[in-house]
Amino acid sequence: MPNLEHSAYPAATLLHLESLVPCRESQVSMLLSIFGERQQLSFPSIFIYGHTSSGKTYVMRTLLNTLQLPHVFVNCVEHFTSRLLLEEILIQLQNRSSETKEAAHVPCDTFNDFVRLFKQAIVSQDLQDETFYIVLDRAEQLREMEANVLPAFLRLQELTARNVTVVLLSEIVWELFRPNTGCFEPFTLYFPDYSIGHLQKILCQNHPPEYSADFYAAYINILLGVFYMVCRDLKELQHLAALNFSKYCEPVVRGEANERDTRKLWKNIEPHLKKAMQTVYLREISSSQWERLQHDEGEAGQLKGLSAHAHVELPYYSKFLLIAAYLASYNPVRTDKRFFLKHHGKIKKTNFMKKHEKTSNHLLGPKPFPLDRLLAILYSIVDNRVAPTANIFSQITSLVTLQLLSMVGNNDQLDGPRYKCTVSLDFIRAIARTVNFDIIKYLYDFL
Amino acid sequence: MSAGSVSKGCFVFKPSPKKRKVSQKTADYFREGNSDAEDSELRFATCQSLWKHVKLEAEQIEEDLNKQLFDNLVSFLRRSHSEFQEKTTEWNCRMKSREIPTAALVLGVNVTDHDLTFRSLSEVLQNRVTPYVALLQAKDCPGIKNLMQKLLGQLMNCYVDVDSEEDDYVQTSQNRIRCSMTSLITWYESVTKKTDFETPSKKRTSSRHWQSPPVVVIFKDMESFTTKVLQDFIVISSQHIHELPLVLVFGIATSPMIIHGLLPHSVSSLLCIELFQSLSCKEHLSTIIDKVLLTTQFPLKLSEKVLQVLINIFLYHDFSVQNFIKGFQLCIVEHFYTQPLSVLCCHQEEVKKRINSLSHNQCENIRRLPSFRRYVENQTSEKQIALLTTDGFLKETVQQLLEDLNVYHENYFPVLRCLHVFTSSLPKYPLGKQIRELHCACLENRVWETEEYESFLQLARMLNKCDLVTMLQKCVEILVSSPGKEFDKTVEKLKEFLTQFQKLEVAEACQERDESVSSQKELQKKTDLYHLQKTLLELKESRRSKKLTKFEMLRFEVVDYIDSIVRNYLVPADHKTLHEIVYFNTASVLREHLNAAPRVALHTALNNPYSYLKSQALRSDGGSISNKAPDICIVYKLHLECGRLINLVDWLEAFSTVVTAVEGPNADAPSSDQVDDVIHARFIRAVSELELLGFIKPSKQKTDHVARLTWGGC
Repeated sequence: MPNLEHSAYPAATLLHLESLVPCRESQVSMLLSIFGERQQLSFPSIFIYGHTSSGKTYVMRTLLNTLQLPHVFVNCVEHFTSRLLLEEILIQLQNRSSETKEAAHVPCDTFNDFVRLFKQAIVSQDLQDETFYIVLDRAEQLREMEANVLPAFLRLQELTARNVTVVLLSEIVWELFRPNTGCFEPFTLYFPDYSIGHLQKILCQNHPPEYSADFYAAYINILLGVFYMVCRDLKELQHLAALNFSKYCEPVVRGEANERDTRKLWKNIEPHLKKAMQTVYLREISSSQWERLQHDEGEAGQLKGLSAHAHVELPYYSKFLLIAAYLASYNPVRTDKRFFLKHHGKIKKTNFMKKHEKTSNHLLGPKPFPLDRLLAILYSIVDNRVAPTANIFSQITSLVTLQLLSMVGNNDQLDGPRYKCTVSLDFIRAIARTVNFDIIKYLYDFL
Repeated sequence: MSAGSVSKGCFVFKPSPKKRKVSQKTADYFREGNSDAEDSELRFATCQSLWKHVKLEAEQIEEDLNKQLFDNLVSFLRRSHSEFQEKTTEWNCRMKSREIPTAALVLGVNVTDHDLTFRSLSEVLQNRVTPYVALLQAKDCPGIKNLMQKLLGQLMNCYVDVDSEEDDYVQTSQNRIRCSMTSLITWYESVTKKTDFETPSKKRTSSRHWQSPPVVVIFKDMESFTTKVLQDFIVISSQHIHELPLVLVFGIATSPMIIHGLLPHSVSSLLCIELFQSLSCKEHLSTIIDKVLLTTQFPLKLSEKVLQVLINIFLYHDFSVQNFIKGFQLCIVEHFYTQPLSVLCCHQEEVKKRINSLSHNQCENIRRLPSFRRYVENQTSEKQIALLTTDGFLKETVQQLLEDLNVYHENYFPVLRCLHVFTSSLPKYPLGKQIRELHCACLENRVWETEEYESFLQLARMLNKCDLVTMLQKCVEILVSSPGKEFDKTVEKLKEFLTQFQKLEVAEACQERDESVSSQKELQKKTDLYHLQKTLLELKESRRSKKLTKFEMLRFEVVDYIDSIVRNYLVPADHKTLHEIVYFNTASVLREHLNAAPRVALHTALNNPYSYLKSQALRSDGGSISNKAPDICIVYKLHLECGRLINLVDWLEAFSTVVTAVEGPNADAPSSDQVDDVIHARFIRAVSELELLGFIKPSKQKTDHVARLTWGGC
């Protein structure tokens, strides 16, 4: 692996930096060579992209902090309007040197103001002869701000005529950023995913002080063996490692095995990790609940996950409304006659089936239907007479707010609103069972 | 809700409609527009106090029911951030990613009731955990910006209110602060720092909360929030969780699965979600009915039909306990408003006074009551005359009758509960699983004449001893704790049954064994087939005609006794004299108000204008269309005869035919080919009115056609 080399910085700092960013040496050295020396003009804008938790933010932050380069670090999700974003940059810039955080608040509404204020701030902070870095994390949010924000940031060096470099961090590729009107093309740099070896190396770096590094490395190995298939998120893996480590140590603590007894330890932890994959990892149960479970040696069965509470209790007519909506969504209109008319004449099942497309409606997803059809089906599936009271109509609306139905298209109530049923077959079957309605018999797909 | 509450500035309380009623104006309304204005002020006052008591009781019940849930939540909140404050140095904690503690609060689909729950929840939190509680509603937060604004506004105002620094309040008025997390954090730091060196006068507030109280953000209706807003908020706050101890509460109406539906894994992995479930609303309703309706505590009672309407609305439509209580309130108001004699519907202690001050008119009102007339008819002739002519005697009798009615209620409810103990544990629940169903059955007519009761008796006669004994014990408990005075004997009798059962136990065991052994022996003796068959037949015969065992005898006795109690005490209320005074029974009024049918009303109005306009000319006979009806009615009736698409020209022709029909046979010759301009204009206007009402809309499928939006003919 190439050691970091740069004439502008002392070797000791670089060595320290290298130890902080394992598996990202090549990217860091690339960045260093772009940055050049402190007083040199750097490339105006750099675009760094890579998958979730491939170390973009971390590397950038470590790099700038370790080398003590002047910079501001802003998250674009947090500062969701351009005004907030620009003001935040200025505030951070002003607060850089002065300890008192009472810098006067300057309103900054437009990019023009920003350029002016930025120039002033650079002068007041005495940063003229150094490259100043602005790092915009989650830069994809910039696309949702005013159209001029992104192009202006890309050309900030030119606009302000100051030595400034804007670094954009994002999870998506540059092609999705490029505005129609064209813009200055930034230097793009890709951070590849960590491989399993990288993950192993990084995770092992932080081993608990009570145990040896080898012991922890063995544990990480087992952990990755279980989780690598589903999760490559470093943060998540680290979290899971911390959650389950105490369980791994248990045999050692109890004296049943020593630290080298890998097989025994593996046997102890493997089923546990598998269970964790189905519960904690999916956030079915929370990590604190998981820890408490471990602590009390309880069975995970006692604690039901979130999906175990799928049952929804609904008023009687709401249930039928939902069933009617489901039928309307998944049955073709032409078949209504067959299902809901008492004397549907001569429509034979066989030639009736032939006419239609063979694809299952359940594969195609729910189709929108008008309110009238919903009510017509409702009246024919409920045994007793249903008066079209205000309550029935308000129930439809509440089903929409509960997101069991969804309104399609225009919101004009007079113009015959159209709905879609958004619940799953399992859900509707559970509902139908409670009112003794055999829904399968009424579904065209299951004829 | 009180003005002195900590939460004063934090929440906007809508001006409660009840307050208006207290004003003199409403009391006047109560009197006006009512033909029977007797004692209206007193009635109004009684109505008010009764409603106040009912409301208090309902609130108390709700509080008790929610207590468990809130306790769990509070302990969760306590736990959530304490862990990190204690051991931040430990390896485990350093390595774990810091998740936002989140409580998923599943409250059931009755969204209308959630407001109250959240209000009391935030009050509880403010009293016990933290002053910093913010309630967010989806409709206020279409974007992350609005959400942050709401959040900051609520939190910062709340802080100002706690310390009541009005000057600060003006300074930090909403538009001045930057709506970002950073300003929230600076605010939080300053607030917590301030409370560190508190002056003693402010000790009260700080002692209730802890050192760094968490900031609780409640999302009232999780389902309605847009995914983006939620995601952004969670991502932002997870970055600052180290500086700001945030706790989220998600109010969920359907199922906790919705969290996974709304949030992608990358976001939900930032949360530490724990589930909390509130009591099901059906149980809540049962408790309300049990504590409010099935007691003698409140003088007003609901008749079977009325109760059925309320329960049906609950079960079929909304699952809302608040609406149920509102419905009950409507019953109270309606009863006191329409029934002049409801002045006597008060507590027993006051009845006497009120009876004595009854006017002559009111006495006449009593005489007019059907139940009282029935009572009079059964009296001797002298007594009849006295009752009908002498007010004094009438008052005495009425007092006696009302006392009887009260005693009837005192006995009715305990016996009802006893009967429920039996019916609720029988297979298939012959008289209903819930006590409210049993109550309705008893109110409707003589319960012992129904088929269900018959099957109940039959099933009860087959109960095993163990069950029977426990049921009897329960009954004894119920009867002992009831206020009724007549139950001493009954309790005695039941206890006697219990001891008899105990005695039986020993004796029966021996007997059974003997019998079985003897028959076994007999079977063993006979070996050839013929004899075996014969003996088996004999055995069967003997079993059929076998004398009942002692236990069976006793069981019959018990069931018969229960039957006799039921017949004695569970007489339907409308068989009682003067039941009209305490029972509200106009279910139709209630249905009209609570379960309105706008479509039906609209159809009636347009199809049969007489029903609303009451003009004799409009009285129609059958399907014919009168030309005296308003234009829109004619147009409406004509359009009922059409299919999905209506040709406007044909429609106009038909309209003009109807309108000009009766204007004389001599007029039809010139008007045949040319439609009068006035008629044309009238037609256009009527059609556009129909369009406004949503019956038709312009169609692009065919020119000169409109589409019908309703279906079905006349």
